[in-house]
Amino acid sequence: MKLATLTLAATLVAGVAAAADAVAPGDVEFDEYGAVATSLTGQPGDPAEGEKVMTNRGLGNCVACHQANVLEYAQFLGNVGPSLDGVADRWNEAELRGILVNAKKTYEGTVMPAYYKVDGFTRPGNAYTGKAADDSFGPLLTAQQVEDVIAFLGTLKEE
Amino acid sequence: VAAPALTFADPDDDTLTINGEEMVTKAPLPAHLEDSLLPEIMSGWHFRNDDTQAMEMDDFDNPGMLAVEDAMVAWDTVEGTEGKSCASCHESAEDSMKGVRAVYPKWNEEAGEVRTLAMQINHCRTENMGAEAYKYDSGPMAAMEALIAVQSRGMPVNVAIDGPVAETWEQGKEMYYTRFGQLDLSCASCHEENYGNMIRADHLSQGQVNGFPTYRLKNARLNTVHGRFFGCIRDTRAESFAPGSPEFVALELYVASRGNGLSVEGPSVRN
Ligand code: HEC
Ligand code: HEC
Ligand code: HEC
Repeated sequence: MKLATLTLAATLVAGVAAAADAVAPGDVEFDEYGAVATSLTGQPGDPAEGEKVMTNRGLGNCVACHQANVLEYAQFLGNVGPSLDGVADRWNEAELRGILVNAKKTYEGTVMPAYYKVDGFTRPGNAYTGKAADDSFGPLLTAQQVEDVIAFLGTLKEE
Repeated sequence: VAAPALTFADPDDDTLTINGEEMVTKAPLPAHLEDSLLPEIMSGWHFRNDDTQAMEMDDFDNPGMLAVEDAMVAWDTVEGTEGKSCASCHESAEDSMKGVRAVYPKWNEEAGEVRTLAMQINHCRTENMGAEAYKYDSGPMAAMEALIAVQSRGMPVNVAIDGPVAETWEQGKEMYYTRFGQLDLSCASCHEENYGNMIRADHLSQGQVNGFPTYRLKNARLNTVHGRFFGCIRDTRAESFAPGSPEFVALELYVASRGNGLSVEGPSVRN
């Protein structure tokens, strides 16, 4: 935690682009309920980018499992997970970050994948080739993409 | 308006007849599945749309039957160093192959191994005919499996899980519940916990193999069980296993046994 916070503080002070100084997947700190208080990049997320990540098959593809009324245009939204309408009324930013980084810390045994995690997998592959992972293996989303998605989810309010 | 997919999501109650003969597509849980989340077992046919379903109901509409015709030619074709065809030893497939699909994979006493239908076909090709083995998940293999499956249509899947196969069956069961790949999903994550749900445009079935080989509209050919397993594990962003590998043989034995009681449907039609 200390190290990550320091890095972030430095980033904010220097005001440089986040990618290089993002919290590494292995350094993310969860609280006992699975929430992650600290931004992964120290930069605010962009909701429009987050929406793209959620609907794009090659990125988050969240719509494979989730529906939300404002995303209906993407068509064929899945229902393996709950509807995300009003999700920002149910979870705060830190909790949403925790669900995205590693949903299993919030929901034990969930089928929702961990989007910012690089270890602990059985037979990790090289994307969808069926072959073993190589040096290019990284988290499903970048730190900034995670922050972008959180920013978009923050707009899904009903109350 | 919320989650319109839900209305389509459940398996339907239609009745499958093939050429007028009624199939068992829903059956009580086999005893060994009592601690699973399934209330009953169901053929993947129930999860397809009406048009796709209809294609399986009449052999004239089932594109998989073209491969069966190819396999009938192969059945009678002499190949290999022994100057034999399948027919030289087994005569007519209609008689000699009746009931065979329903009980595979099964124990082969002489070889001391669990054999899938594909392994048995290749065993006969290499040992009895002196011919080359078919590639495990190739078109000619799928076609021969289809010809053999047709002879058991409507018979209940009845794969043995005890005795000499027990250890392999346990290995297959463990695999079924292992979460693979970067998406960290097991067969059960999709086909036991979420069958009936939509994963994007795909309506999740129970992942039964009673309909194999399956003609898929998506790739317009017959698909083998191991080809499907390969794809499902690949789709978890995992390093998959090879068709014909000991892992997939064990998994096939286990998955086949989850369908004990459903009719043999192959070649079925899926999307
Ligand atoms: C393979 C299926 C799957 C995918 C893909 C998936 N999720 Fe989920 N998600 C779930 C499930 C299932 C739950 C409910 C948790 C549980 O009970 O296991 C959930 C829960 C959530 C929740 C909490 C919802 C609430 O109302 O309480 C949020 C937020 C969420 N997901 C966001 C996302 C985002 C954003 C993505 C993509 C970046 C995503 N999910 C991808 C399956 C998925
Ligand atoms: C030289 C003889 C011979 C030839 C040629 C031959 N087989 Fe066999 N086959 C056998 C024998 C012997 C068995 C084992 C009999 C048994 O135990 O049921 C067998 C068993 C089988 C079985 C398993 C039957 C069961 O009840 O378990 C299948 C399936 C099979 N053969 C398919 C084929 C196919 C397909 C071909 C051609 C590609 C072929 N065989 C060619 C001799 C032959
Ligand atoms: C990410 C979700 C997912 C996972 C994990 C998964 N599958 Fe599938 N599977 C699918 C989808 C989607 C289909 C196509 C729709 C259907 O029939 O369910 C499918 C189809 C199948 C079919 C064809 C069923 C039929 O009637 O034609 C079989 C068999 C199957 N899966 C077995 C497995 C096995 C065994 C595993 C584990 C090794 C597995 N699947 C893991 C998503 C998955």
